[in-house]
Amino acid sequence: METASPTPVPPRALPAERAGQGGPSPLRRVLDLLENETVLGYTLMVPALLLILTFIAYPFGIGVWLSFSDKLVGQEASYIGVENFSRILQSQIFTRAAWNTILFTAVATVLKGVFGMWLALLLNRKFRFARFTRAAVLLPFIVPTVLSTLAWLWIFDSTFGVINWILRLLWQSEWSVLGLAVKENWGYFPAPQWLGDPILAMTSIIIVNVWRGLPFFAITFLAGLQTISPDLYDAGDIDGATGWQKFWHITLPLMKPITVVVVVFSIVVTFADFQLVYVLTRGGPANSTHLFATLAYQLGMASGNLGEGAAVALFMFPILALVIVFQLWYLRKGDA
Amino acid sequence: MGAAYLGETYWRRLIVFYIPMFMFLAAMLFPFYWMTVTSVKADAELYNAKAIPFLVFDFTLDHWIYLFRETLYIRWALNTLFIATVSTAISLFAGTLAGYSLARLRFPGSSTFGISIFVTYLVPPTLLFIPLAGVVSDLRLYDSPWALILTYPTFLVPFSTWLLMGYFRTIPREMEECARIDGATRLQAFVKVVLPLGLPGLISAGIFSFTLSWNEFLYALVFISSPEQKTIPVGVVSELIKGDVFFWGSLMAGALFGSVPVAIVYSFFVEHYVSGITGAVKG
Repeated sequence: METASPTPVPPRALPAERAGQGGPSPLRRVLDLLENETVLGYTLMVPALLLILTFIAYPFGIGVWLSFSDKLVGQEASYIGVENFSRILQSQIFTRAAWNTILFTAVATVLKGVFGMWLALLLNRKFRFARFTRAAVLLPFIVPTVLSTLAWLWIFDSTFGVINWILRLLWQSEWSVLGLAVKENWGYFPAPQWLGDPILAMTSIIIVNVWRGLPFFAITFLAGLQTISPDLYDAGDIDGATGWQKFWHITLPLMKPITVVVVVFSIVVTFADFQLVYVLTRGGPANSTHLFATLAYQLGMASGNLGEGAAVALFMFPILALVIVFQLWYLRKGDA
Repeated sequence: MGAAYLGETYWRRLIVFYIPMFMFLAAMLFPFYWMTVTSVKADAELYNAKAIPFLVFDFTLDHWIYLFRETLYIRWALNTLFIATVSTAISLFAGTLAGYSLARLRFPGSSTFGISIFVTYLVPPTLLFIPLAGVVSDLRLYDSPWALILTYPTFLVPFSTWLLMGYFRTIPREMEECARIDGATRLQAFVKVVLPLGLPGLISAGIFSFTLSWNEFLYALVFISSPEQKTIPVGVVSELIKGDVFFWGSLMAGALFGSVPVAIVYSFFVEHYVSGITGAVKG
């Protein structure tokens, strides 16, 4: 490899060395070798590649093999072809999980995008305590997700949670305006089971995901907004554009590249989410809120059926690959 | 943009700015307030559906004391700190070298390496945890902190490499060339010129890696089984919840004290953190 360098770099040995007293020391020889761009390039890649090969590429290969095997915890595995995949595809729990994942990712990403843009526009104004506010809104994104999700679990609690406390207050309160009864006490409060009903549980999971991911969108959008030249808005003002028109015709088009990148990242992370569902519902009630990741965990880890679990996890791969290819294509296009 | 708002009336500003901003802030911060309030309420008040939940009438530190005295919480905190520090150090080391190599050096295959780093950056831990559990136990690392220290770099290294690559590219090539003309080797130019100039990028990558390791849940859940080896996120979720019994006071205290360290680290480095987020995305 060391002889194949296309552009030989003149050796930068010290003058004393160049004078030569019976050949350079071994250390000097290694250092000289590292002067070669190709050798240094590969050498510096070694630690990263070693980690990636051992703990990503190799396990990925094992994962593919597991998904074609009947591996159970603590037992010898044998090849069973696509049996895992066909069994999974016929299971209603899996179909439900697949739809849940798609719905969850789509709804949460759209909400994060819309509210994130709104928050970024607010943060982009000049106001007192702007720095403090920016730091504060990022908090949900930086603290351990499972820990903040535990707080949400308690917020959603149907008996003692704060949401139902407020709803109960509204339900049982009586209002009158100028002596006219507007609302009466409706009596017994039918407390919503936020995490005990399939639709409400999915809604709750989406709310928490949006809460956690929103700051990421807002901060990246804010960074994008700050690169837009104020002259463009001044030009808009001269043309008599309203605030909305300026947003639609100036801000949004210029924000498109960063939006694409942020959305792609968010899709990957949201799609592969595990923690929210694990803490809030564990996939319940009656397996109605599983995502790919939590179902893979339940089959592979909780039930010990490693083959089936690996197969469920692998179902994430084609969709992720699609997203990655799109992202690479988009980056390329930007470079050209 | 400031000029655009000069003509704004107070009422308009209240409706389009102050009220929405306040709602956002309240929504983003409420869960933390809720954690804190819950952790200092006596049980009798906590489990009284009639009491006003936003206020504390019967203040107590019992849940905090219980958490630190009766559970392994301090042990989990030390484990988390150790694991996060070492895996961050490993990732920064590998990421800096690879990032520099990809940003500056031309060698056959460098763009392929760049793409593979980017692809692994987007591979989520949830895709790999089942086979990785097998690899971890084959290496006899199961239930040891090293299982996490060595697997966290799988998502930290691609991220740091990507971030630092972008960062090193912003350092003018001329600075290195000057050093080399003065007789420095490539390696010396890298260590003495590029690294000091890239320090802000290194801090961003370090802070980010540290919080990501501190917060990690899935690998810690799968690769660790004994209570005294657990990290805070897993310890709180699996040891403080026994079956269906939730000790909300101590649970929220555990959540609070697990969040405070990252919040403190973060508050010192907000700007680095923000440039880390935006840099990681834009590359």
